[in-house]
Amino acid sequence: MAKITYVEHTGEKRELEVANGLTVMEGAVNNLVPGIDADCGGACACATCHVYVDEAWKDKVGEVGDMEETMLDFVEGREANSRLSCQIKITDELDGLVVKTPESQH
Amino acid sequence: MIIGAGHAAGQAVASLRSGGHEGSITLIGEEPYIPYQRPPLSKAFLAGELGIERVYFKPPEFYDTAKADLRLGTLVNKIDRASKSLTLSDGETLAYDKLLLTTGSRVRKLNCPGADLEGVTYLRTIDDVEIIKKYFAPGKTVIIVGAGYIGLEVAAVARKHGLNVKVIEMEDRVLARVTSPEVSQFFHDVHTDAGVEIHYGQAVSAFEGDGQVRKVITQSGDTFDADLVVAGIGILPNIELAEAAGLACENGIVVDEFARTDDEAVFSAGDCTNHPSKVYGRRIRLESVHNALEQAKSAASAMCGTLKEYDQVPWFWSDQYDLKLQIAGLSQGYDEVVVRGDPSARKFAAFYLKDGVLIAVDAVNSAPEFMLSKKLIADKASVAPERLADTSISIKEIMTKQ
Repeated sequence: MAKITYVEHTGEKRELEVANGLTVMEGAVNNLVPGIDADCGGACACATCHVYVDEAWKDKVGEVGDMEETMLDFVEGREANSRLSCQIKITDELDGLVVKTPESQH
Repeated sequence: MIIGAGHAAGQAVASLRSGGHEGSITLIGEEPYIPYQRPPLSKAFLAGELGIERVYFKPPEFYDTAKADLRLGTLVNKIDRASKSLTLSDGETLAYDKLLLTTGSRVRKLNCPGADLEGVTYLRTIDDVEIIKKYFAPGKTVIIVGAGYIGLEVAAVARKHGLNVKVIEMEDRVLARVTSPEVSQFFHDVHTDAGVEIHYGQAVSAFEGDGQVRKVITQSGDTFDADLVVAGIGILPNIELAEAAGLACENGIVVDEFARTDDEAVFSAGDCTNHPSKVYGRRIRLESVHNALEQAKSAASAMCGTLKEYDQVPWFWSDQYDLKLQIAGLSQGYDEVVVRGDPSARKFAAFYLKDGVLIAVDAVNSAPEFMLSKKLIADKASVAPERLADTSISIKEIMTKQ
């Protein structure tokens, strides 16, 4: 279980407890956090679950995979801390993670 | 009132609430489950990698929060548009102000002798997969009828689980209905290398067994031993309810670009609709998650009084072994196919052109080609074939500077 803070582009914050093994994307979708579409349901096929990982957590969320890297290349507003949230699995180590959602996923 | 509880229905509940609808929402579904994702059924859910709670489209609490009344395991017998009411299978009558039909599609079934034997299965629902899983053990033999996406995805998962896999296909290649001979050849090679036996030009004439299926007999007289049969021979749109209610139907419930039917109180979204496509200049019916979600957003918007056009390039995906196939557009009617990359390296894209205009792409482990093509297809862009095939030029350069 980890506490995850989702920050919308408007600045609105939501703190949620998300179970280990789920993804950051599922934590958002299951709790009606706006700003993450996740059209493909977590198959790394659509790049509509883009988030910005808070700088302090960049190293703890793990490496960007090959497939994720190529998909990320096409999201709008990619930054060095961009990730696809379906590829970040929740563990105890991520307790306190902060991610920002972009204005649009398309 | 929403009839049908798949992807489109789940999305519609969310979009109706975010669109400002404050009245009641009732969701009537034939299956006993809240809306769930079908794509994982033939992939991670069949493989046992995902539990049911991770297959749900939204968690159960979502429907409480959205104040949606769920009527699951319930069939609608009749829509009476004159009195704006529905009759359920238990005789109850429900009134509606606005009606959304997200009735989806169902599998086409085999009707040859023995098709009702145990172990002759299909794959569309959670219950279907639960039945398949009973027979899904190493060393067992599964006969897959139909080499479409579903059949090939099941073949991949079954091989990984140590089953013997044989595929029976009527056409002379895999994925014949949806892709080019070039891509079919690639997937043929992938599956045969993985130990799948594929038999072309064969149709099933009968199943035999002692209650449980044991043998599959084809029209040419060949016999295959079987512990399990999975048939993936296409799906049919569920339009009977709409048809009986007098709504226009033609290979799907006819809707406009805002997901409206010819009755101003009735809307429809998802697999069951026949809708206009600006990109292709014709009416189409799609069997895809993306279509269900996006059309449902348009339907919910129209129901809330704001017209939001649904006009997007269709896209699909399929996971088989280590391969991610991403498909953008519809390739039917192409006059030229350009292969970029090396299929033997399991990383390539097949671009489909018509009169020099890009109309579709099949991208295998090639996300950039897929992502860039989506936009170009929407723009009806012309692309020089020789540049597309030239891997010394990056795909980004080819597609952004023409």
